[in-house]
Amino acid sequence: MFGLDKRDTTLLLIVAALVALAPFLLNPFPENSDLAQFNAGYPDLMQRFVIFGIFAIGFNILFGLTGYLSFGHAAFLGVGSYAAVWMFKLLSMNIIPAIVLAVIVAGVFALLIGFISLRRSGIYFSILTLAFAQMSFALAYSVLTPITGGETGLQLALDDPRIIGQQVTEGGNIPVPSLFGLEMRDSAELALGPWLFTFNIGYYVCAIIMLIAFYISIRIFRSPFGMMLRAIKSNQQRLNYTGLNSRPYTLAAFVISGMYAGLAGGLMASMDPLAGAERMFWTASGEVVLMTILGGAGTLIGPILGAGMIKYMENIISKINKTILHEWFYWMPDGLEDAMVSIVYPFIGKGWHLTLGIIFMLVVIFLPGGLVEGGQRIANFFRGRKAAKQEGKGTTEPAE
Amino acid sequence: MDAIILQILNGLDKGSAYALIALGLTLIFGTLGVVNFAHGALFMIGAFCAVTLSRILTLSHEVIDETRKDFLGNPLKVDVPYVYDWFGQETGDVIIDWAVPLSILFAIPIMIGIGVIMERGLIRHFYKRPHADQILVTFGLAIVLQEIIKYFYGANPIPTPAPDAFVGSFDFGAAVGMEAGQIIYPYWRLVYFAFAAVVIGAVFAFLQFTTFGMVVRAGMADRETVGLLGINIDKRFTIMFGLAAAVAGLAGVMYTPINSPNYHMGMDFLVLSFVVVVVGGMGSLPGAVLAGFLLGILESFASMREVIDLIPGINQVIIYLVAIIILLTRPRGLMGRKGVMEE
Amino acid sequence: MGILEVKNVGKRFGGLQALSNVNLSVAENTVHAIIGPNGAGKSTLLNCFVGKLIPDTGSVMFDGQSVLGRSPHEINQMGISRVFQTPEIFGDLTVLENMMIPCFAKRDGSFELNALSGVMSQKDIIERAEHVLEDMNMADKRHMHAASMSRGDKRRLEIGMCLSQEPRLLLLDEPTAGMARADTNNTIDLLKEIKEKRDITIAIIEHDMHVVFSLAERITVLAQGTPLVEDTPENIKGHPKVREAYLGESA
Repeated sequence: MFGLDKRDTTLLLIVAALVALAPFLLNPFPENSDLAQFNAGYPDLMQRFVIFGIFAIGFNILFGLTGYLSFGHAAFLGVGSYAAVWMFKLLSMNIIPAIVLAVIVAGVFALLIGFISLRRSGIYFSILTLAFAQMSFALAYSVLTPITGGETGLQLALDDPRIIGQQVTEGGNIPVPSLFGLEMRDSAELALGPWLFTFNIGYYVCAIIMLIAFYISIRIFRSPFGMMLRAIKSNQQRLNYTGLNSRPYTLAAFVISGMYAGLAGGLMASMDPLAGAERMFWTASGEVVLMTILGGAGTLIGPILGAGMIKYMENIISKINKTILHEWFYWMPDGLEDAMVSIVYPFIGKGWHLTLGIIFMLVVIFLPGGLVEGGQRIANFFRGRKAAKQEGKGTTEPAE
Repeated sequence: MDAIILQILNGLDKGSAYALIALGLTLIFGTLGVVNFAHGALFMIGAFCAVTLSRILTLSHEVIDETRKDFLGNPLKVDVPYVYDWFGQETGDVIIDWAVPLSILFAIPIMIGIGVIMERGLIRHFYKRPHADQILVTFGLAIVLQEIIKYFYGANPIPTPAPDAFVGSFDFGAAVGMEAGQIIYPYWRLVYFAFAAVVIGAVFAFLQFTTFGMVVRAGMADRETVGLLGINIDKRFTIMFGLAAAVAGLAGVMYTPINSPNYHMGMDFLVLSFVVVVVGGMGSLPGAVLAGFLLGILESFASMREVIDLIPGINQVIIYLVAIIILLTRPRGLMGRKGVMEE
Repeated sequence: MGILEVKNVGKRFGGLQALSNVNLSVAENTVHAIIGPNGAGKSTLLNCFVGKLIPDTGSVMFDGQSVLGRSPHEINQMGISRVFQTPEIFGDLTVLENMMIPCFAKRDGSFELNALSGVMSQKDIIERAEHVLEDMNMADKRHMHAASMSRGDKRRLEIGMCLSQEPRLLLLDEPTAGMARADTNNTIDLLKEIKEKRDITIAIIEHDMHVVFSLAERITVLAQGTPLVEDTPENIKGHPKVREAYLGESA
């Protein structure tokens, strides 16, 4: 289907089904139960799952295939966000022109940075991209304030022109981003007994775009172009002695992944029409690296898993507090309960970064292939045979 | 002329910090071939060694002072630091006042210990892995270390003053026989620069004049051959890592009066220090030091009002801009050796 | 006029004069071996042919065009393919994919990046790659990971990848180094077969005299960076200077 072989079609359909049913799957616990805090089925979080999924899918096209580790990818996301917000300010609140401009601007920006950075490889490439991103961050934060809004960020205002759209709503408010009248923040709710499910328009718009982005990434992975990118990672010397200049290929991959980041940035602004320089900070670049590695760099499904995992942890683990911990361990004897709580406490709430750092280290040390490799190992263990060597690294199965 | 001297002086303290961190990074890279993203965290831990020592020194117990009364007429409870009990009030005060310099002694064994544990426990297993994996695992370690510090010390900067004798500024211009009142320079920054110079000198002397240093330098040039000579190079590299950690830690200890330490200071410095290493030339110790000072001073020049008026925002980006230009025109950096990190 | 003309090439590394006054002419459709003791400058010379090194003096002409100053991929596009001492293949890719890359690279003779056509069509590339694999007797290994093959098979694959580009000059850098006897003999047979089947010039750097005398039609002996003598294998065997400089010490 769609020019994919059977396995890839299955993978795409599984992802599509998971994404479509996410409002149910992420809300497995009844609304008023103790476990409701583990529900992740609210619009804001679900939007972030798919948006960061797009970001990581794009990053994976560069890092997973060519092995070039960019430490400045957040710059493209930030640029995309700014472009989208400007479109909301100047043109209209329709998200399509905003997203299109975000992708184009990020692509041009990536072309520029990639053209220079890709003259070097290895650690030098990482440092160059990092330097460019930090420069963009510093400029957005200070000198470019008229364009970026500086410290406060770029926001919509009532007196923005919005030349082909509605400037002010009838209620005198700033209009919200929409797709031909469908407002991104609108949701339908479905109450089934004690359960409450939310279906948000913005989420489904993002989800459809993510599926398209995912489909394109599968096509790239399976194409000779993708094969060339893997060849760059595998042996650049042989590639050169095969008459190929690797730079146009790496540059193409860099620009494509920059456009993915711009798309994610544009969507982010479409869900919540503001943009700030902190989106370009190098820790944000680090985050997408974490997502990709955690899920499994160079695999198709890995980045989506990694992005979902990290965003879930960020939102759920960071909400757990001491009271909740006491509730969990109430069945223990008093002294033990307190001990357990104080052991677990540093890792939850504000400490979720610590948990993240530890998980990340463990993954890099023991499971360099990320969650996907973990899933394969478990699957192989249950099948009772050793790792199937004939399966290529790029042809990974979804880890379920 | 005054303005130029002033900017050079202003650049020295940051430049010193860059140079010290970059020196450690280069030692680790040159000897072990590892790209250590956790090096900034070592700088930060050093700073928190100073915080910890000054807290230990001011640990107090309550004493009832019969001579003074509170507003209800009861005897006043006063906190008396333990150091008063041990050394008497006068000496105790001096010790507390000198907490930051004293932290040097406190930090050296701690930093060497942390460095050795890091190398033995983690880095060692990454010698044969790709550089990307090294970057990633040390990046993860940096997050963990800074979160641990944040857990124990909180997220806010902790002011840690210099000894009273070094608080305040002096007239540098008058001191070198120029017009008075033009170049005012804080004492501690001069101390920091002198300290950095001593540490850098000591590291170079150590590498130059001891047998240990000779073996390490030989190892930096050609690891396999030295291994073949039957010298246990691994053990020496462990010690080298400890030394690099100590250098970063000391840079952090002495930096506390200049900038109140917070948990993310390491990351802030790390990004710039990496740029410094790359500009200086991966694996070149003199290059790291030179580039550290050079970029520190350039940054301070770019912060001059006149320059900012001319090119807005230049102070924010000058280091990155220089790095980009250098990397594109001199790929090996200012003093880089051939064959380092070249695929 | 040979297909590869080397004139007065010199190269210095710091205090070491690696090559001086190298003159060499490789005639079209011959197998030309370059031999010499360790450190004679054989590999340096080869690196000068492919753009990895630029000599300080002299010229290297391939088919009437200078190769100096061109990057390795440009020189490859001129028709020179190189086989490395340790097989350089794409270890993470399958054997078929390894073969597809040179086929893809030269699909219209253009070498240009064409990402979109690359995404869309690959049937003809696969067919061509399969064809070359069959020629190399490797069709049964097409889905193997290249890195998991034996050294001999890796060498065979690498040579196949070079041949699929139909080069006019094939450079071999100690192709049998570190190989078991059986693999060495297989490689010799493979090269002989290639030579019979197509019009190709082969320049080979080799240590193993067995390989050299089985294949070469002409031999150049290099010692201390300078060609000592150039002649047919029969004459080289009996040459007193060569015995002294090279064969004598290995005997």
